[in-house]
Amino acid sequence: MDFSSFLLMRQEIILLAIIILLLIAEIFIPKNKKSSIVHFAIFLFGIHTIVGFLSINECSIFGGSFQTNNLIHFFKNVLNIGVLILLLQSADWIQEKIVAQDKGTEFFILLFSSLLGMYFMISSGDFLMFYIGLELSTLPVAALAAYETSKRISSESGIKLILSAGLASGISLFGISLLYATSGSIFFHDIIGTISASNLTILGFILFFAGLSFKISLVPFHFWTADVYEGAPISVASYLSVISKGAAAFILMILLFTIFKSLMHIWENMIYVISIATMFIGNLFALRQQNMKRFLAFSSIAQAGFILLGLISGTQLGTTTVVYFIMIYIFSNLAAFGVVQAISSKTGKENMTDYEGLYRTNPKLSLVMLLALFSLAGIPPVAGFFGKFFLFTAAASEGFYLLVFLAVVNVTISLYYYLLVVRAMFLRKGENPIPFFKNKIYMRLGLIITVIGIIVLGLYSPLYEYIYELSSIYN
Amino acid sequence: MDILSLFVVVPVLTILALVFTKGLKQARQVSMVGSIIQLGMAVNLVISYFKEKAINDNIMVFTKDLVWFEQFNIHYAIGVDGISVALIVLTTIVVLAGVFISWKMPDLPKEFFISLLVLSTGVYGFFISIDLFTMFVFYEIAVIPMYLLIGIWGSGPKEYSAMKLTLMLMGASAVLLVGVLGIYFNSNADGGALTFNILEISQVNIPFEAQKLFFPLTFIGFAVLGALFPFHTWSPDGHASAPTAVSMLHAGVLMKLGGYGVFRVAMFLLPEGAMHWDWFFIILAATGVVYGAFGAIKQTDLKYINAYASVSHLGLVLFALLTLNKTAWNGAIIQSLSHGLLTAMFFALIGMVYGRTHTRDINKLGGLMKIMPFIGAIYVITGMAYLGLPGFSGFVAEMNIFVGAFQNPDTFQRVLTILAVSSIVVTAVYILRLVGKIMMGPLVNDDFANLPKATWYEKTGILLLLIPIVAIGVVPLWLSDMIMASLDPFIKGVL
Repeated sequence: MDFSSFLLMRQEIILLAIIILLLIAEIFIPKNKKSSIVHFAIFLFGIHTIVGFLSINECSIFGGSFQTNNLIHFFKNVLNIGVLILLLQSADWIQEKIVAQDKGTEFFILLFSSLLGMYFMISSGDFLMFYIGLELSTLPVAALAAYETSKRISSESGIKLILSAGLASGISLFGISLLYATSGSIFFHDIIGTISASNLTILGFILFFAGLSFKISLVPFHFWTADVYEGAPISVASYLSVISKGAAAFILMILLFTIFKSLMHIWENMIYVISIATMFIGNLFALRQQNMKRFLAFSSIAQAGFILLGLISGTQLGTTTVVYFIMIYIFSNLAAFGVVQAISSKTGKENMTDYEGLYRTNPKLSLVMLLALFSLAGIPPVAGFFGKFFLFTAAASEGFYLLVFLAVVNVTISLYYYLLVVRAMFLRKGENPIPFFKNKIYMRLGLIITVIGIIVLGLYSPLYEYIYELSSIYN
Repeated sequence: MDILSLFVVVPVLTILALVFTKGLKQARQVSMVGSIIQLGMAVNLVISYFKEKAINDNIMVFTKDLVWFEQFNIHYAIGVDGISVALIVLTTIVVLAGVFISWKMPDLPKEFFISLLVLSTGVYGFFISIDLFTMFVFYEIAVIPMYLLIGIWGSGPKEYSAMKLTLMLMGASAVLLVGVLGIYFNSNADGGALTFNILEISQVNIPFEAQKLFFPLTFIGFAVLGALFPFHTWSPDGHASAPTAVSMLHAGVLMKLGGYGVFRVAMFLLPEGAMHWDWFFIILAATGVVYGAFGAIKQTDLKYINAYASVSHLGLVLFALLTLNKTAWNGAIIQSLSHGLLTAMFFALIGMVYGRTHTRDINKLGGLMKIMPFIGAIYVITGMAYLGLPGFSGFVAEMNIFVGAFQNPDTFQRVLTILAVSSIVVTAVYILRLVGKIMMGPLVNDDFANLPKATWYEKTGILLLLIPIVAIGVVPLWLSDMIMASLDPFIKGVL
């Protein structure tokens, strides 16, 4: 292995370099200038995001435990953009709250480590790398969830996350060990050849699936979601619901479509049931939420149920629609969380009733929220509609009309609670509306990028065609 | 830019211009200019349509096709036939009248006009689409602004009504989505590629089993918007809470999407399914006709009376479509136009009465003819047209429908036709009673003695609607010709 093969891990290496640079910067930046670390980190990550768009060769290194291809590379770029938006949106909060406690650098280091874990997870070529990636992506987030140490609810959220994540990883690991026992290898390409539908394999698969379901917060592994989101700082909740969920759904899809392809007749039924349960439970619980973070938590559970509709088809169409939907979901949800973040960091208000009359005082923020909610609900012409329509098309292409019907019932249910927020912002005048405030440049930039994404991703079809081309390798 | 895409582009440009306006004056001027341009375009479209039709014998003319999502074979495909041209003209008239009626919009005027124009963009897009996907997109774009329009600018239990309306219509569109996907995945039944194009699908023999399954989904998906009994409940509440211009646009234009969709998609693409389910839905439609009429008798709120009357009259449209008879179909399309104009007129008048007297309760109104003669006279004329007096559009429509419906020798259908015809009598009852009560007789409330007369912009809006009502009533043949010629491809499927 020569030096050039290291360059195939460019994304990982650069991110690692950024982490180390931040560590060094932490030592050298004087105490009264600590807030510059925010600019520094965003600048570095921005460069990383741009460099990420350089193309990369398909490869498999370290004896096959690390692999990458154009689709994986593309997805890493999507994650990068998501994290960049997230950083922009939380920059002010970090500067005001976190840097003041002298914990700014650690925040970035933990966040980037988690992202690094996701890179390894989605690029993994064997279960060992996968497991390391999974752990690396989860543990730092637990620390981040408990970041607001002055709040008890934040610590609670951290503990909840780490306990349930630990359990889930354990279950997953047990599943992996059973799969190893039956197939004799941890390498994906070996397993593909030897996997058969023996009882032990199926048990292993189910346990493994349970572990990943926890990360995507599929029912019945969703109980941690709302509590953790509510307690965690908004940017962390946003990270969990957008980046973490997206990456986990992506790797689940890849594994299902490659190594577990021959078990399709089994996981098809599982996903069928789980998808229905996830959509219904997520949506029905979201109906009565008052806290915006809990609200978005349940909404994101329901969205995960929709993602499964694309998975169930098991075709190239399915792969494409899932990746496309996740990408749109990242932008839409980030926009919604961004507005919640902006309002919360200015006023500390996080309840739906606090949003009453928001349009009359802060029209621009309300419009961003409106677009984000419409996109989540799937109303044209914003991108969410296209994402959902294509997911349904993927499911219908394999004849799952009943499932599609239940999904569209859920779309209608979800529309109700998304409209509740619209009602608060636009229809009501509110006795004590949030007064007008101006966002700082980072936040504005973060919101503008999401809005552009929400509008352009759907209407601009070449992007979809591009993903379709990339997806051909999993067919 | 082709002649049809302009109908989407001009409203969008108007919306963009509205974003930069300040205050009521600028907003309404910009909207007025935009709507007048649209009306001009519609007139131009009719003229060009007749010219084009003389040399071009295709089902759809002015077609244009741009690939959008290649993998799904989704195209931005547009084209019009006589039916869509007629409905586009109707839309431009009602939109312009709506802008005039909303001349004094006190609260958030800019946002109001923007929402109104978003709605009309959706409607235009819907009528020009011949691609199911594009059509579906425009359908939802047309429906969703209603939530804001009713919720922000409405009156009474507006939040409830807005939510009910939006959820029922979006729920219907969700059902429709399954139907559309079902059609799409059966569009390769003859061995071709999957397609969303309506004209291409109409050439395909979709298996009977699939038609049986997807016809009800598609039909109900559209018919909810056409106030099919028992899915009409959103409509009275929605109308009653909506501001005047929105009621006009809603009853006048938006509900026509339902009938048009039923015809163009459900019945055109799934004719065997239509014949299979015909007996069931025609019962519902006939029930709606009678139920709506009796519902209107019982109401005392002016808007509710009209909303139930709409259920009855639009039930007649669905009824006529389901009789599978060409004459009745012709009547159904004319009824759509006629009802669109008349009901928009009614809602405009109600808005004027309510704006002056601040009540819509017919028991508290009376003798208004003396105070506001213009409004009173128009009210009487509209009422007469509504109950089907010859010389107005309503007569032409209903005549065609009932003659056509009775041509079918089937006893079952004749019984239903007789039932539906009886609604005319009931309509006469509530219209005459209504007009007599609020316009004639002595003045019941002395506070009303000094109410202002109709203003210029109100009169303009009213005349815009009145002229076509009379025109259709007096010279219906040119319209019938245009529509009849376009019905042939439809009749082939069900014979």
